[in-house]
Amino acid sequence: MARFVIRRLLQSAVVLLGVTVVVFLLLQLVPGDPVRVALGTRFDPQTYEALRARAGLDQPLVVQYVNYLGRALTGDLGVSFRSGRPVTTIVLERLPATLSLAVTAVLFAVLIAFPLGIVSAIRSGSLIDHAARVFSQVGVSVPDFWMGIMGILLFAGVLGWLPPSGYVALTEDPAGWASHVALPAATVGLVTASILTRFIRSSMLEVLSEDYVRTAEAKGLRTRVVVLRHVLRNALIPVVTVVAVQLASLLGGVIVIEVLFAWPGIGRLTYDAVQARDYPVLQGAVLLVAALFLLVNLLVDILYARLDPRITVK
Amino acid sequence: MSEHVLAIEDLTVTIGTRRGPARAVAGVDWSVRPGETLALVGESGSGKSMSVLAATGLAPRSARVTGRVRLLGTELTELPEARRRRLRGRHVGFVFQDPMTSLNPVLTVGRQVAEAGEEHLGLTRRAARSRAVELLDLVGIPSAAQRVDAYPHQFSGGMRQRVVIAMALICEPDLLIADEPTTALDVTTQAQIVELVADLQRRLGTAVVWITHDLGVVAGIADTVAVMYAGRILEQGPVDAVFGAPSHPYTSALLAARPDPAAGGGDLVTIAGAPPNPLDLPPGCAFWPRCPVRGDARCEHELPPLVPVSAGHQVRTFYPRRVDEEAQ
Amino acid sequence: MSEHSERTSEGQLRRALSALRHDPLALTGSVVLALLVVVGVAGSWLAPSGINEVDVDRMLQPPSWSHPFGTDELGRDVLSRVMVAARVSLQVGLVSVGIALAVGVTLGLFAGYYRGWLDNVLMRCMDVLFAFPVLLLAVAIVAVLGPGLLTATVAIGVVYTPIFARVTRAGVLSVREQVFVRAAVSIGASDLRIMRRHVLPNIAAPLIVQTSLSLAFAILSEAALSFLGLGVQPPAPAWGRMLYDGRGFVTEAWWLGFFPGAAIFLTVLAFNLVGDALRDVLDPRQLTVSEARRSAT
Repeated sequence: MARFVIRRLLQSAVVLLGVTVVVFLLLQLVPGDPVRVALGTRFDPQTYEALRARAGLDQPLVVQYVNYLGRALTGDLGVSFRSGRPVTTIVLERLPATLSLAVTAVLFAVLIAFPLGIVSAIRSGSLIDHAARVFSQVGVSVPDFWMGIMGILLFAGVLGWLPPSGYVALTEDPAGWASHVALPAATVGLVTASILTRFIRSSMLEVLSEDYVRTAEAKGLRTRVVVLRHVLRNALIPVVTVVAVQLASLLGGVIVIEVLFAWPGIGRLTYDAVQARDYPVLQGAVLLVAALFLLVNLLVDILYARLDPRITVK
Repeated sequence: MSEHVLAIEDLTVTIGTRRGPARAVAGVDWSVRPGETLALVGESGSGKSMSVLAATGLAPRSARVTGRVRLLGTELTELPEARRRRLRGRHVGFVFQDPMTSLNPVLTVGRQVAEAGEEHLGLTRRAARSRAVELLDLVGIPSAAQRVDAYPHQFSGGMRQRVVIAMALICEPDLLIADEPTTALDVTTQAQIVELVADLQRRLGTAVVWITHDLGVVAGIADTVAVMYAGRILEQGPVDAVFGAPSHPYTSALLAARPDPAAGGGDLVTIAGAPPNPLDLPPGCAFWPRCPVRGDARCEHELPPLVPVSAGHQVRTFYPRRVDEEAQ
Repeated sequence: MSEHSERTSEGQLRRALSALRHDPLALTGSVVLALLVVVGVAGSWLAPSGINEVDVDRMLQPPSWSHPFGTDELGRDVLSRVMVAARVSLQVGLVSVGIALAVGVTLGLFAGYYRGWLDNVLMRCMDVLFAFPVLLLAVAIVAVLGPGLLTATVAIGVVYTPIFARVTRAGVLSVREQVFVRAAVSIGASDLRIMRRHVLPNIAAPLIVQTSLSLAFAILSEAALSFLGLGVQPPAPAWGRMLYDGRGFVTEAWWLGFFPGAAIFLTVLAFNLVGDALRDVLDPRQLTVSEARRSAT
């Protein structure tokens, strides 16, 4: 187990190093001089020189990268071209909003997908199974921002139950937060739920056809015991991975949904940085998200090894 | 009270497939008495496993089962599923073909052996666990007290099959169903498992239904034998009678196809042709297209009845082979 | 030898086509796709009005006989704009998946065929690209290259490359040990020839499935990019952009939010239906990676 964890850690470290290279190179891909582009009409020589020096753009590429990496390791991701504030601070400020949206959405998705996926597999071919399949097919095909717009139309416009957009911090006003998070979380959650439902259903069906399930039935165990003890445990091991990957990709910012609902998370930050050509902030947000993504995947693999006894011995 | 542990009568199983209904078992009767071993013999798809699974309520959901099944005198087909399940778990133990897949990979073997004891004998978790250790010891798992917490993947195939046998025996069942339990094992292990089951049967007095295509095993352990083909019994009776005087051409062919170590490794005889498509069974004798005797139009169009040839020995053919013809 | 491999890939295609004809859902999907292609190619001729005919007297008109999808805040005919925008979505989808397919398959072939350090380097690079959420990476690429049709296409192509590389590599690994490949090696056929004649046809099935599913994701990603203003630039119409522009009016003019989104939904659904049907026939146990990664936005 220890060796497995160490190997996975090393792998993740290598990939993370690659990620920093990609993020670093993003700035180099900007046609022309990124600082000049970023400043646009606000150009003045003093700010220009200061930002260039601060971003280290006057040095050779390799030196720039090594410096960038060195600073990134100490948590220094540069300063915003726009506000001059440290990127790390700016990005971390946005984390709670994204986190609360992503977690709510995944909870919502799990609450729908688990019962639906499990029941549709056990009652394969039934009405509920057909309904679940239609739901998951529609869910993976529907653009979430369209569903969000329709949600705003219905719940904010026609019914007037929920605010159309905006954000209130959970720590300040839980009720206000809840009413604001409901629409974006339901929108993202429904799409996630459809992915999960499909996955849980096929994982369950696969396990249900296993010989050991017939063995358990032969023992005369109650259906509930067979499903809970023998089917679910095996079927859910891969599902855990998918839930975590979904969570990770939501942490990476549901850019479009955050823009649509004026939700001040990482996704919205990314969008604003793109609009303002604030490249250090863009880099910082992308780097943080990729790092989070890798971390979650690493944790999932370790969790997976804990859940499946067959892996630990290898 | 019936004197049979399990008796099935006129059992028919039709399985709904995408291309129409497939008749897997057609009007089969057989029974097994306490302590006795019945061998069900046939090629794959002959309905031997399906007849047992359907009788005990383990047929796939797409299967339609008709006929009568009595387990220890109780008519199972009229019982609600919950009672059938309890009777099955309490009185019938199952050993399936492939020990690599018939154990749950994420539960310890001890847990899997113990759980039927908790369910049907009302044992506490602790009591069921120590009973599991006893049984693992009984089936010959070395240092069972330690191995009880191991996972299936930590055992070899033969050892896993011993675990499965321990699992089947925890409720001291009246009937053990062994569905080709040695097919997936190597030859040495096969012999050990056969030996183990025979030994346990002598000590525990359990009745056994042994499903196999290995006639060597049948001759060694069975009291009675039923030969199945395309969902029907073609010949059944005491092992000595059926093997000593096979009266159906199919039985003779099977016996001839058996590799005989005494014959010094002669050529393997095989039966030409393939079993019929269960979606499209012929009206007459299903074996007729492959039959070496190849009677006449009657065989092709009319189903031969099961007729007695000697005490308890029945055969389904218009042309039973006489004992004197069999003398070599 | 080569006959063998060609036969299998042809057989698979034939099976796939016959499956599409017999599966009502897949058939519906195919018909929708065919209609889309017609609209995509001939949209500007078929459209009832010009896409940029501004008419201040007819702003925000609800659907009617003369404007079945209503008019937008500038009085433009929504139906015409939705029809013309089909071309953008299809074009970006097809070209970007084409890029991802070409690059991904090439990388996957070399990685899986030669193994060793090349495999390691290539696949670690793919891991790096895989470490970014799909849309975030696409947004970042477009942001630095500058928004537009071409950059959006390239960005989506880059984002979907790793999945093709992985699917290809997995296929190559299982095929290269098979007898006919080993035989071809033993008679001294060149590596490129073996890859083209023997390996590729035998991994066609998962690639066909992946392509049709990726088209669905790519079109979703294109819509998301254009929603963010990073796709084709105004005044050219794009479904995502129409939704973005219409979102502010949605409570007064639902049709602005409804029709462009419905167009995206139907297109993506059609590709998914065809893709799922193909998978059921060609490759029922395809890697679940793609399944888990179905978040395109």
